[in-house]
Amino acid sequence: MKEVSRSFRTFLLLFTLCFSIQGFASSDPEGEVEGAVSSKEEVDAYIQHHIKDSHDFHLFSYTNSEGERKHVGFPLPVIIWSSNGLVTFMSSEFHHDDAGHVIVEKGGAKFTKIHSKIYELEAGASEVKFDETHHATNAHKVLDFSITKSVMGILLVGLFMLWAFSSLAKQYKSKKVPTGFGRVLEPLVIYVRDEIAKPNIGEKKYRQFTGYLLTVFFFIWILNLLGLTPFGFNVTGQLAVTAALAIFTLVIYTFSGNKDYWMHMLWMPGVPVLIRPVLAIIELAGAFLIKPFSLLVRLFANISAGHIVVMSLIAIMFTLKDSLGVAGATGLSLVLSFFITLIEVLVAFLQAYIFTMLSALFIGMAVAEHDHDHEHDSLGHDVPDAEDVRENFI
Amino acid sequence: MYNLIGAGLIVIGAGIGLGQIGGKAMEGIARQPEATGKIQTAMIIIAALLEGLAFGALFLGK
Repeated sequence: MKEVSRSFRTFLLLFTLCFSIQGFASSDPEGEVEGAVSSKEEVDAYIQHHIKDSHDFHLFSYTNSEGERKHVGFPLPVIIWSSNGLVTFMSSEFHHDDAGHVIVEKGGAKFTKIHSKIYELEAGASEVKFDETHHATNAHKVLDFSITKSVMGILLVGLFMLWAFSSLAKQYKSKKVPTGFGRVLEPLVIYVRDEIAKPNIGEKKYRQFTGYLLTVFFFIWILNLLGLTPFGFNVTGQLAVTAALAIFTLVIYTFSGNKDYWMHMLWMPGVPVLIRPVLAIIELAGAFLIKPFSLLVRLFANISAGHIVVMSLIAIMFTLKDSLGVAGATGLSLVLSFFITLIEVLVAFLQAYIFTMLSALFIGMAVAEHDHDHEHDSLGHDVPDAEDVRENFI
Repeated sequence: MYNLIGAGLIVIGAGIGLGQIGGKAMEGIARQPEATGKIQTAMIIIAALLEGLAFGALFLGK
């Protein structure tokens, strides 16, 4: 018990440290040369910029004594498929420009970056022209395969998981009980297996899906936690990432669905024939649209909302500076953002849990075995029994 | 303006729903403490579905 409380204290201390650094790093203004973020618009722009994916790894910026704006971070490779084929260069060529001012000429085409998206200028154009709604009129988007910040986060987490879990697996060959970091992972693995996979998929079939569920659980959880560090990753708050995860689940439960699953989806037994096509439409929409959509929107919205709330609370130190004084505003923002970040740690786990849980539930519904025989009446219609009534209800 | 009012309505609805779920689950746990695990699991699933709905609405209204 004593050991537990000590490790908990260490954990808490580490996190406090981490978040105070986050407060420091994020409080640094992104705005133009003057520096200090003060107006609501600037705060909004800064938060919007953070929520989006970016082409360079930007830690913080500061203005030095000569009044120059310095950015600390490192560039990431840009890989794009333009009208002239594959083009690669480092994102440092854009010189931190995000408004279409800097034009990069590579491989016979001109590129520029507007709001974290790379545009290719039409032939002959030498600068970007905007219409009234601030859309570029003489440039178009390109297929972008860049190693962006989010892609880097995914690769890092992938490598970390590969290392952590392969070393955990190796330990079972020589000894019964894992040591070191494996002791943290083992209970979580067993938790996912026994509390998520087994009860939802069933004793018989859970093994073949446990691998996916474990991967998706740890992937989401670690990326959520990574989003709470000062590095400013927002990977699970990108629609593309959550959509890809939801599509994985969709493919798995669609292709592992058994006869009963498709039967219940397309031609529901136990209900009047006239209602069956209506039910089929609802079931099809549920299986192919609503289930994956709810999975992807939930994760995306929760993580994005969490990031926006944390950053808005940090921004209190700028927005309320005049009315509360510097110390008051900073103190208020520190206290609020500290506690909301603790809640975010909980949310990070909860969202990973819910995504895994619902994936397991959907897979379980697709592979559920109905080992009872339906009773048939003289017309070949199924007579509803208790099991079917329950199925329909769910 | 209107989307803010809509967001408020969504939050009110989601709040009522979450209150119902949490309250009933607590009642259930108080009545049958041995079923805590099952009730909690079901509660979290329902809460997640509700949350998905609420977030979907907020997302569409944005």
